[in-house]
Order: sequence, then structure tokens, then C-alpha cells
Amino acid sequence: MSSTPATPPRVNRIGLDVFPYKGSKTTLCAGCGHNAITERLIEAYWELGIEPWSVAKLSGIGCSSKTPAYFLQQAHGFNGVHGRAPTTATGTLLANHKLRAVVVSGDGDTASIGIGHFVHMLRRNVPLVYIVENNGVYGLTKGQFSATADLGAKLKTGAVNPLYPIDLCLLGIEMGATFVARSFSGDKRQLSAILKAAISHNGLAVIDVISPCVTFNDHEGSTKSYAYMKDHDEPLHEVDFIPYFADIEVEYNEGESRMVELHDGSKLLLHKLERDYDPSNRIHALEVLHEAARRGEVLTGIIYLDTARPTFTEILNLCDEPLALLPEERVRPSREVLEQINEEFR
Amino acid sequence: MHSSQQMPPAPAEQPQQISPRERIVNDFSIQVATVNGSGSQTANLVLMRSIFQMGVPVSGKNLFPSNIQGLPTWFTIRASRDGYIARKKEIDFLVAMNPESAHEDVMSLPPGAAVLYDEPLKLSSLRSDLHFYSAPFDKLVAPVCPEAKLRKLVRNMIYVGILAELLGIDPEQIRKALYKQFGERKKKAADLNWGAVQAGLDYARANLAKQDPYFIEPMDRTAGRLIIEGNTAAALGCLFAGVTVCTWYPITPSSSLAEALITFMERFRRDPETGKATYAIVQAEDELASIGMAVGAGWAGARAMTCTSGPGISLMSEFVGLAYFAEIPVVIIDVQRVGPSTGLPTRTMQGDTLKNAVLSHGDTRHPILFPSSPEECFTMAIDAFDLAEQFQTPVFINMDLDLGMNLWMSDPLPYPEKPMNRGKVLTAEDLERLGGFARYKDVDGDGVGWRTLPGTPHPKAAYFTRGTGHTENATYSEKPEDWIRNIDRIARKFQSLRAHLPPPVQSLAPGARIGIVSAGTSRYAMEESRDQLSREAGLPASWMRLTAYPFPPELEAFFEQHERVYVIDQNRDAQLAGLMRLDLPAHLLEKLRSVRYYGGLPLDARTVTEQILAQEAQQA
Repeated sequence: MSSTPATPPRVNRIGLDVFPYKGSKTTLCAGCGHNAITERLIEAYWELGIEPWSVAKLSGIGCSSKTPAYFLQQAHGFNGVHGRAPTTATGTLLANHKLRAVVVSGDGDTASIGIGHFVHMLRRNVPLVYIVENNGVYGLTKGQFSATADLGAKLKTGAVNPLYPIDLCLLGIEMGATFVARSFSGDKRQLSAILKAAISHNGLAVIDVISPCVTFNDHEGSTKSYAYMKDHDEPLHEVDFIPYFADIEVEYNEGESRMVELHDGSKLLLHKLERDYDPSNRIHALEVLHEAARRGEVLTGIIYLDTARPTFTEILNLCDEPLALLPEERVRPSREVLEQINEEFR
Repeated sequence: MHSSQQMPPAPAEQPQQISPRERIVNDFSIQVATVNGSGSQTANLVLMRSIFQMGVPVSGKNLFPSNIQGLPTWFTIRASRDGYIARKKEIDFLVAMNPESAHEDVMSLPPGAAVLYDEPLKLSSLRSDLHFYSAPFDKLVAPVCPEAKLRKLVRNMIYVGILAELLGIDPEQIRKALYKQFGERKKKAADLNWGAVQAGLDYARANLAKQDPYFIEPMDRTAGRLIIEGNTAAALGCLFAGVTVCTWYPITPSSSLAEALITFMERFRRDPETGKATYAIVQAEDELASIGMAVGAGWAGARAMTCTSGPGISLMSEFVGLAYFAEIPVVIIDVQRVGPSTGLPTRTMQGDTLKNAVLSHGDTRHPILFPSSPEECFTMAIDAFDLAEQFQTPVFINMDLDLGMNLWMSDPLPYPEKPMNRGKVLTAEDLERLGGFARYKDVDGDGVGWRTLPGTPHPKAAYFTRGTGHTENATYSEKPEDWIRNIDRIARKFQSLRAHLPPPVQSLAPGARIGIVSAGTSRYAMEESRDQLSREAGLPASWMRLTAYPFPPELEAFFEQHERVYVIDQNRDAQLAGLMRLDLPAHLLEKLRSVRYYGGLPLDARTVTEQILAQEAQQA
């Protein structure tokens, strides 16, 4: 008689099962788009084999900002104040530029109260992954329009939004983000590839993810609902991500796909759909976004990518070790230096 | 100082009889009135420094407008053989270079003062009770400065020469001070300016007969000392505290602190070969961001700071509450200016005493250090970083514009003898040994939990930092008992840190029935006022100079020992006294009296003395 051996848990390339990549149980509504994004994040970090403790998760305030508690339980998380995660994340990376920072934000956090910090983070090209879980509505305060709500979009109460939306991808490209993508929480394949590419990118990656709010903005008349996205999602290309450690010969047809090599050697394959799209062309990127908006379509995919621009921590020319860990002898000048300074003021 | 409410012009009196024997030596003030942007700063610094080099205690205060060019500005130099370096209320020698302000400047002088003025201003007919000297500055500058464009700047150096001759300042000391000011690299400019000084000396010798009683004579009270601005000393303190991240937003009067820090860090904290820096200084997009970045950096383990002034503090309020509650070390240097609102951006006030102690919503208390001198700006900056990391909390340093932006004599800055205290931080090895930790658990009885830094390579290292209610294990909680346990523990930290604050400085006068309590720059008016009270009114007064909030236990004892305690505040609402009303036992509060000044100028001794004597008279 032979006993059936228990199936060993699946492990990633650093020998970890998925447990350390998970977080506490979500307290968001069942069906919330944010939960799907959390799932993709767990997969992405696990599949890339990133040490959980090497990540710092930061957020502001709002439904989206709660989610850093729901993934990577073995990574430090910081749920700070409304709209200001770009500042805490920047500070975190100044202290320790070896960390892999990820910010999860929402449309209220990013497009309203924190837009000033958002654009300055873009301008600095702070090397982190910035995810906007965009549902066009304030969920925690029960359903007010946000600044990304489309013109003419309807609330459950029947109120109609009279203002034009802020397009965070347009803003991202204009203000200097080096990786700008849009996706949909319901598009598992595309979102997964984009997240992995963003994590592998050296620079600021902004991902605007349409993430329906099932409680306050998933009805007829909403432009951020599951139904609306099903009808209006217009992928720019199909995205494939091949990690640097994958033992795969990348083959592709020049006329049908484009390949971009990322900082860590990972490769991004963008397969042509209706047109050949070059994400390194900034002006063209702005053009396709404006065109899609005019047609009422939601363009998804990697819209803009610049793999050459230096990041903020590179510009600062920081020493190799994290500043936070420098010993006293590296940061307190000598007695002789102070004597020299005293002499200068005599 | 030139507003009529503060100092009504004295009625013209009969010219005072000046006996040439009544020499007033090393005890008077000089005020130079110029137009902002006319380059008078160099001339004034050379004048001040040459008196200092003659061994005479001196202070220099720049009263400047919130303007780049064109509005009146005054630089006041006080020489005091007794070492009084507070602002002197009366001006003894006026240098009137500004047509805009000259009339009012002359009218507000006390009888017997001297005036050197630019000849075309024709001021001598204004008063008959002053000593007037005139000089044709434009005529004098032309031959020594052939380049017409530079004359506006160089002509100021002529009054330095004239004053040297009239007051007896050693021209050699002026030459030395001038060449130090310009440095090796600007020798040509120094030569040009030295020519102007000599033109002034020559003119005065040939044309001006000494009438006033004011003289500078050599002393030996400044050897080895420095002349330095508080902001520079504070920046040096941060450098020697081992600051690694400074995030800031420009605001008067704190910008020069950040800028000084940039200069020193470039020199001493960057590898000369690779250019790699052991620090990051970032000019943020606003004060919300500057504190946010500093808090993020403190969370991740940097020695992090920001510097600002009142309007910036108002913006930082929310983040300071987060840092307090999430227990993140950060140092905030507040170089206070006059508020509310934009207020008087270039004038001084202790206006944030109360606000900084309780900044942000909900239950908060923050430690504050009160430096009174450049040495303390230096040492307290070092103290602040240790305290912030040891107690995992924001620490304020309350400076003010007077301390930050004016020039002060200072003892040499002392090298820190204590090693840095980085607080309770667990490493991966610690976690391996302990098998885990509870971030907000008071395991040592001082209220301070152990923390880990992001990036610590251990599965048990992570915890979730939040501004919402949490348990000892940093998990979310809305339970009343969890909230109370946590917020009470944080209050215990505030008690624990008392023992680690710099001690107050006390001077008990034998038989004194009154005591005086001050903080920060009120020190200088106090040192002088105590002497005035005792000399002029026979009223001995004890003095306690506070160096930190929370208040030391000595403060209660000080109240117990005296019948009345006068608390000096450089604000309208008696904020320091107000904090005492919050913190001291009720029976002591009956003894509390308040002295307040809030006109925006550095506090002077006479104001303090008069307010105390008026209240003492009512008492009797």
C-alpha cells in the first residue's frame, strides 16, 4: 500500500510559496475592482520572485489606499494621509533607494487632493510603481464624483457630472512619467503583464486602472462600470512580459510586434492590433489618448515608455548604501572639520 | 522702530551741553539707514566685525523689509563693554543714507545722538539737539571708483571710513575685516572698497570735528569667539547630527538655514572623487510635501528634517499628527516670524510656541527645544535628532528670525561628545533571535516600542504603519480599549523624554521675591533687564531660562520659590505663559504674570523692565 504524498506548494524562483505575498483579508465590497488588482499584484510580485521584504508599500486615504494591507504581508506598509503618498514614498526612497516602492492610490487621492504632489513626483521621475485604482467616485464617503468622472456621467442619485475629467495618463506623459499605462481591473491578462513590466521598469511607472465601484458607480449611466468597460475598452496592443530570468528564446515577427528591453533585462512584447503603435513617441501617445477620448473609448495598454531618462535618486547621486543605514563615521564629520569651520567664522 | 506709535519723536530741546570729558566708550548703538538692495550689507558687516576684532562685544541686527530692492532697511550695531547684545531701544549714532526714511529717522533719535548724513539730504536743520556730520558721498566715491556702475555699492564703504575716524575704530581692523569679508577670490573688489574706506577716513580727518561723545576703544572680550548667524549654526548642528535627508520649501526666514546646509553638505558629505553624497536635500513643491518627504524618510530610517516658518508649520499640521501617532522620528526647525497670516515676513516673533506644542488635530503633544544662541542652535539640532529617534516622534526646534538671520557673537561650536542615539531599531539578526516583535508594545516601560526599517531582510520584519487606530501588533482596530491603551502609551513617551531634554538655566538672585522665565532670544533682553531692575529699582529678580518643552520639574520649584513669576513672551497672547497654564498645578498659576512684546523687532531690555516695574507698582 502506498500513501499519496502531499503536493508540495508551488514555489517561485526564490523558493517562496505565495503566502508571504498575500495580505490580510480585504474589507472592501465583494466584487470591488480593487480586489482584482490586489490579486494581480500578489501574482506579479510572486511570479517575478521579488523578496517581499525588499518592497515598501505606500498609500494615502480612500478605499484604494487600504489595499496595501491586502498584499505582501512581509513588506513594510505605510498608509499615510490623503493625497500625499507621493511625498512619503519619495522620502522613503531618499532614505533607502534600494527599496522597491509601490504606491496604491485612487482617483480622489491622485486627481484631487494630491494632484500637486502627483505632478511633482512625475516631474522628478521618482522610481516607483504608482497605481491609480480609478472608479470615478469617492467610495468611503459614499459616492461623490471624483475629478476623473467623465462629462455627463451619472451618479446613482441621478446627479450628472457637468465637468470634464482629468486624464491621469495625459497628465503623466506631459509631466514626465517614464512609464504610462492604462488598464482595466477585469482584464486579468493585460493588467498582469503591465504590472510586471512596471515593477521591472527603472523610473516612475503610472498605471491608471479602471476599477469599478460596485456599490456607488456600477450602474447604467456610469462610465466606470463593468458594463461600460466591456463595451468601450480599446486595447492599443496585446502585452506580453518576459522576465529576465525566464529561459525562453524570444521570437517575434518585426511587422507584427515590437520588443522593448527593460532595465533589468526583462522584455516587453507589444503585439500589433489594429495599428502599429510606438510607445516611445510622446507626441503620438498624447494624440491617441485625445482621439480615444473624443470617440468615448477607453484606450488601454502601455501608452508611453522611456527607458533612458535618469531617475530622481540617480540625479541626486546618492552613495551606494542606503542613507538610512550609514554608520556614524560616514555622516558625522571629524573634530578637525568643526575646528576648521569655527576658524572660518572667527 | 520707526513707527510713531512706538517711539514718538522727542520734542526739540535746547542743545545739550556736551563735555568732552564725558566720553561714552564701547557702550552705544549705531544705526545705518539705507535703501534695500543698495549693497550696504557688506559695509555694515565690515564695520561690525572691525569693532568685534577690537575685542568689544557687539551685535548686529538687520531690520529689513519684505522686498528685494527699494524699500528702507536699517542695520543696527550695538557695542557693549558689558556684553549686552540685545537690541538697544535708543539709537545713539545714525548714518542716514536713505532720503526716504531720513527725516523720520532723525526725528526719532534721542537728544544728544549723532547723525552722519549724505550732504544733499540737508538734515542738520531738523533738530538742534543732535550732533550732525555731513559728507558728499557721490563726490567722494567718484575718484575712488572709476566704474560708474559700481559706485552705488562702493559708496557705502565711505561711511565705514568716516565712522572709523569719528569713533576711533582702528583702520587696520577695518582692512582686515574687509579682506576677510571679500575672501581671496575677490581681491580686486576688496581693493576697490578699501580705497573707499580710505577716502572716508581722509575726508573725516580733513573736514569733520568730533562733537559727539561716542568712542570705540580696544578691549579683550571677544578673543576666540565667532560671529555667526543662528541659521548657519543650526545648519552646522544638522551636519554634525548626521542628518541624511532634508526636505524643505523656501520661506523667509528659514531659507538661509537650508541653503547653508546645502553648502556645508556639498563640502563635507560628498565624496570628492565620485561625487556620491551621503545625504539628500530636496526642495519640495510645498510644505505639505517637505514634511511628507521628511516623514517618509524618517519612517524608512533616515535622520530626516525639514525647516520652515509659521505659514509652513500651519500647512504641516496634518502630517505632524500622523508622525506623532504613527511614531515616526522627524526634526522640524521653525524659524518663527510675525503672524498671523503672511504677517510681517521679515520681522521676529515667538508666535508658534503654543501651536507647535499641540500641532495637529486630536490629542497631540510635541517636544520643543528653545535655542537662544548660535551655540544652542548647534547643540540642540544634535539633541533634536537623538530625541526624535530615541522617542520616535516629531521634535521641534523653535528659533526665531532674530536668532536665525542676525549676526551673533558665539563661543566656538563644541564637537558632540556623545555618540548618535539611533533609538530602538531591530535588525534581521535581532528578529531571528527574538522570533518576532510587536511594533507598538511597551516592552521597556518607557512607552517606546521597537521598530524595524523597511528593507530589513527578515520575514518577521514587516509591520503596517497607519494613521488609523491600531493594536500593539500594528493591526487595524476601532476598539475603545485598544485606542486608549495606545494613546496613553504615547503620552507616557512624552513623560519619559523629559529626562533627556537639555536642562533649564537658572540664576537665583539672593532675596529675590520675583522670578522671571524666558525662552529663546528673550535671553538677551533679560540679561540686561535684570541688571536694570536691580540697579535702577533695587529689585533683584531670579531668572529661569527654559530650553525645552515639556517643562522641567525645576519650573514648579521656581514658582514655589517666588512670590510672582513674570513669563516673557514675544507674542500678543502670552503663549509660553499659556502653556504653563495648561501644565502647571493650579495653585502656582496665581503667581503667574506676563510680559509681552509683539511689535516685530527683537526684544529690548527697556520694554521688559518697564512692564515688570509697572506691574510691581500695581502690586504695591
